[in-house]
Amino acid sequence: MSQLNLLQKTRIDRSQIDTLFLSLKRHGYSLVGPKISEGAIIYDFLDSITQLPIGWTDEQEAGTYRIKQRGDQALFGYNLGPHSWKKFLFSPRKRIWQGQKTSEGGFRTQQEASTQPQRFAFIGVRACELHAIHIQDQVFMNKQYQDAEYLHKRTDNFIVAVNCGQAGKTCFCTSLNTGPKVNEGYDLALTEIIDGDVHYFVVESGSERGLEVLNELPCQSVSNSDLEEAVDKCIEKATGQMSRAIDTTDIKAFLYRNYDNKRWRELEKKCLTCANCTMVCPTCFCSKIEDTTDLTGNYAERWQSWDSCFTMDFSYIHGGSIRASTQSRYRQWLVHKLGSWIDQFGTSGCVGCGRCITWCPVGIDLTEEIAALRQAERETKNGGS
Amino acid sequence: MVEAKSIESLLRESPFFQSFQDDHISLLAKCSEVVHFNQNELLLTEGESADCFYLILNGSVAIESHFPGREALVVSKVATHGIVGFSWLFPPYRNQFDARAVTSVLAVKLSGSCLLPVIESNHELGYHLLRGFSAIMLQRMQAARRQMLDIFGQSKKTI
Amino acid sequence: MEPIPFRILSVKQELHDCFTLTLACDQIPFHFVPGQFNMLYVFGHGEVPISISGNPNQPELLVHTIRNVGSVTAALQQLKKGDFVGVRGPFGNQWPLSEAKGKEIVILAGGLGLAPLRPTIYRILEYRDHYKKITLLYGARNPDAVLFSDELGQWAHQIEVELTVDSAGAEWLGHVGVVTDMLQQQMGSSTNTIAFVCGPEIMMRFSAYALMDRGLSADQIYISMERNMKCAVGICGRCQFGPYFICQDGPIFSFDKVEQLLKIREV
Repeated sequence: MSQLNLLQKTRIDRSQIDTLFLSLKRHGYSLVGPKISEGAIIYDFLDSITQLPIGWTDEQEAGTYRIKQRGDQALFGYNLGPHSWKKFLFSPRKRIWQGQKTSEGGFRTQQEASTQPQRFAFIGVRACELHAIHIQDQVFMNKQYQDAEYLHKRTDNFIVAVNCGQAGKTCFCTSLNTGPKVNEGYDLALTEIIDGDVHYFVVESGSERGLEVLNELPCQSVSNSDLEEAVDKCIEKATGQMSRAIDTTDIKAFLYRNYDNKRWRELEKKCLTCANCTMVCPTCFCSKIEDTTDLTGNYAERWQSWDSCFTMDFSYIHGGSIRASTQSRYRQWLVHKLGSWIDQFGTSGCVGCGRCITWCPVGIDLTEEIAALRQAERETKNGGS
Repeated sequence: MVEAKSIESLLRESPFFQSFQDDHISLLAKCSEVVHFNQNELLLTEGESADCFYLILNGSVAIESHFPGREALVVSKVATHGIVGFSWLFPPYRNQFDARAVTSVLAVKLSGSCLLPVIESNHELGYHLLRGFSAIMLQRMQAARRQMLDIFGQSKKTI
Repeated sequence: MEPIPFRILSVKQELHDCFTLTLACDQIPFHFVPGQFNMLYVFGHGEVPISISGNPNQPELLVHTIRNVGSVTAALQQLKKGDFVGVRGPFGNQWPLSEAKGKEIVILAGGLGLAPLRPTIYRILEYRDHYKKITLLYGARNPDAVLFSDELGQWAHQIEVELTVDSAGAEWLGHVGVVTDMLQQQMGSSTNTIAFVCGPEIMMRFSAYALMDRGLSADQIYISMERNMKCAVGICGRCQFGPYFICQDGPIFSFDKVEQLLKIREV
């Protein structure tokens, strides 16, 4: 057993990741982490380290995703798949209550009790994803109304974060200051170091709870400065590979004054309003409520499920949808994500993970759209049409 | 090829300004410029300060109001040779409707802030201008009232 | 948050497509402030946001005036005395009556917009000496579309009431025109007058402009916005209007906050 301090770095090897898993299970957590399924690296319940996508990476571009073998035994050698951690904290579909008619003609309802395991340990949370979780915390926990289920799941949520050693082609976390280095809000942070035959992990605790778990592992004590250097080198590599960026200068004011920008018309031609971007986005939180009944009409249920501002139903009021055109729906999403979110929750809604770019079937790239919107504004100002 | 015409000749060619004196045309031209709008651009925006009017040289303009959850309702259309914009003439100098280019539109834009002082001092020009506008406004008001009568039987749901 | 069953005490047909439900829940008072709305649920059918249209000084009764415009409101129209309606609420903010103390209030209502304003009128009448001159200007499509016509007559004893319709037959002796026609040419300065406007969005827009053109500043004019609503607690995201969640930041907004947004189509 070690006796480390908070934030102190130490070195562990692969077998100790196994031990870490066991330790977390012993503490009563359900492990959730990356696995390969149907040609993608997704997040699912994990039992052992052998289920991780060992030796796999992902290749991403606008509208493109493939996994491929790396030729080594990296545990976290990929970037991001279509799933985000919101899948576990904010149920894609759940029943809120059930109700029955009573004999007097009224009705009675019962709130849904939770059946899923509530104490999650997330394994392999990237810096951008950690920011995304904190952003969703603002939505579901820090407003007037608190989502009880989300609150419960986040109260005892163990985060094993992982620093990125490479940037995906659609990543742009550096523009939003959300990565590639993990800063705060984690229990443990891992950095996987692979250099030829050398393969180890630098680990540090970010909380008392994380420190307690870390101190249960046998660790090697190595000079802190060597470890710092190894981590820094890893981060530098990822930062250096970042190939996309957004100019976030004054972005909220910029978007607010560009509702009439002619660039939105381009989206009318391209966007399919398929809503993929909102499904894969780790911060999107919009939902729909559906009331159902059985054939007798004596039994009813209310369900909540993920929804998207890209649907016609989303903005429907008597008469029609407020946002009937494709471009108005794309505009709503982008202006909200990068602009009005700041007024609503104090931060940007975007973490630069790039999933919306990868998973858009027609490859719409919001980094390109922001640049084009700025260009169009400049052109209009200079008297062009 | 479009030959570059002077604004004076463009004004003189229009039925509205045809009978205006030369010196009046010159005064008007000093407050004018030729402008172009792409399809769907707005010549006038509801709620904004009304500081100009347009003589349509080519194209079609819809006078409309937009509603949440449904298409904008067009109440009137102005075609080539028509005039768009009367709110510049009277306080509160605020556009009451949107004027949207239905097609690509070429127009002469006449500035209210330039013209108002001119017609304040040149009452003869003011008389001819206002007389011309009144005739159009009368015709449009009568049309609007007839449209309101909803004479065609059961109509679709409106507001 | 689950809907609470309220029993329908009475149903009143107001207009051909408009009806008022008076509800109660075991004599437990339902406290609300004027401007707020509830989510009304028809068992197994669905839920809709409806402004409260009753008297906040009489909380034992919960009153909603509803227009039949879709499947849930059609289902509500089928309900009879003794049936139950699920109620969640109250939600939203209020018409700023505290700000209006000592001031003149101009109320502009269009069509069904009189219903969300009625609680405010009741409150004003209850505390009449808190306010200076009160004017209600109400515009409807035609004489058959005038809501609460019997009450309008009663209110006219204590406040100024002017009524207009878009078109009418010969038997109509009142104004014909738009509601803003009835505004005084010059109104009090913005520090002494406050305006509450409720009706179709386009009516609120041109009314607000007309008020500003007569001397009120945009922050002295209040309107009530409407958008798709499901959760009513700021979580589902559907009621967003620019940066605002109408269920929480609204539905009442001072016009300066929303003036620019209202000019943009499909926002």
